Amino acid sequence: MNVLNFIESFFTNSAHWRGYDGIPQRVWEHIQYSVAALSIAAAVGLPIGLVTGHTGRGGNALAFVSAAARALPTFGLLVLMFVWLGLGVLPVMVPLVVLAIPPILITTYEAVRTVDPSPVDAARGMGMSEGKILLQVEVPAALQLILSGLRSAAIQIVSTATIAAYVSLGGVGRYIVDGLYQRNYEKVVGGATLTAVLALLVLVVFWAVGRGAVSPGVRRRRAA
Amino acid sequence: MNGFFDIPSDLQSSYLGLVSTHLQEALIPVFVGFALALPIGLLCVRVRWLYPPVLWITTVLYAIPSLAFFVVLIDYTGLSRLTVMIPLTLYSLVILVPSVVDGVRSVPEETNAAAAAMGIGLVRRYVQVQLPIAVPAIIAGLRVAAASSISLVSVGALIGNQGALGNLLTTAMLYQRPALAVNSVVTTAVLAVLVDALLVLLRKLLTPWQPPSDRKVRRTAARAADAPGATRTSPTAGAARAPEHVS
Repeated sequence: MNVLNFIESFFTNSAHWRGYDGIPQRVWEHIQYSVAALSIAAAVGLPIGLVTGHTGRGGNALAFVSAAARALPTFGLLVLMFVWLGLGVLPVMVPLVVLAIPPILITTYEAVRTVDPSPVDAARGMGMSEGKILLQVEVPAALQLILSGLRSAAIQIVSTATIAAYVSLGGVGRYIVDGLYQRNYEKVVGGATLTAVLALLVLVVFWAVGRGAVSPGVRRRRAA
Repeated sequence: MNGFFDIPSDLQSSYLGLVSTHLQEALIPVFVGFALALPIGLLCVRVRWLYPPVLWITTVLYAIPSLAFFVVLIDYTGLSRLTVMIPLTLYSLVILVPSVVDGVRSVPEETNAAAAAMGIGLVRRYVQVQLPIAVPAIIAGLRVAAASSISLVSVGALIGNQGALGNLLTTAMLYQRPALAVNSVVTTAVLAVLVDALLVLLRKLLTPWQPPSDRKVRRTAARAADAPGATRTSPTAGAARAPEHVS
């Protein structure tokens, strides 16, 4: 039987659309976890990235943080937290947030640091305060790159939240993990499809936010 | 740590056996991905309009979570190592194509013109002139690809014991032995750091013309701040451009 047949029979089965294990409920859970983890990671990563990028200091420390975070195995961290902290949302949130901070932090730092220095100097010459320079000159110019950092963090969170079903989290990963145990390949493939759709949804959302939030002038210059 | 290296017999492998399986499952895809990225990179450099759609496809491919890839492949390749290695090859390819293209594009126009004037053909120019100059960018991509590959092999444990060191994690859950989970995480992290260090060493060997320390590079970069390529040498530059690994 073909994968497409599995997908079709999974999504056309009306039993899969109801109840606590229904598709709407699982997708909603997945979105909740992901948004919560991304918000926490952004609340930590963005301010630090903006300030270090503005002052241009701490590049080596940040490079070290990103290298260390890359070496940490996602799945391993997840299982380790579960084994140590037990059942619950906290052991899952810790790895989700910890692994999402470095991309946000590094990209924000790099984005603000590499803003064209001449408008920044002009703003300083006009007597703008440092805070105003950061928020009104540097952030709008760097917004596209900052968003791309948030996007890779969001994609990482969505896919890690899938694996987190293994340590008892809800979300669409449940279908994959449960399906593998029940030897129900239809469920597995359905879950995989939902996961991929959610990940692509993240791309679409960030693309739309970028279209709306990034100033057209900045966008044109990047494209050129 | 009691029973830290005491691997349960149902894994049918020793500790060192797991390490070597892990390295194979992680690094063969990186090599294959690299071998594929070189011709694709050349094509993207030559045919300029091809690069934006390729970049778009790679972004979408990279967003697909590995677990979704694995389970869909089960239908074709079964519960084998290949099921883990095919997605990892794709991820490596996705990371490496942009680093090859960006690296080759950063080659100064004078250098290309000099090569052309010497009568060096397209392919030879790519291999002997452009790629060596692009080595720092390519190695930066290889570092991200290798680290993410090493981390992702563990997820293979979810599709039936194909995760090498990741199998220790599922075993730790099964037998309530946290020490095995610690062992898996520490060993995987150490492998990632070692491979990363090897790649940095390789870059130093391949680019003897570069200033020895990053610090010095950054100072020269700060002095030549007007040059558009100068920011590339900062220690975080590669990390910001290349996508972080997904799960």
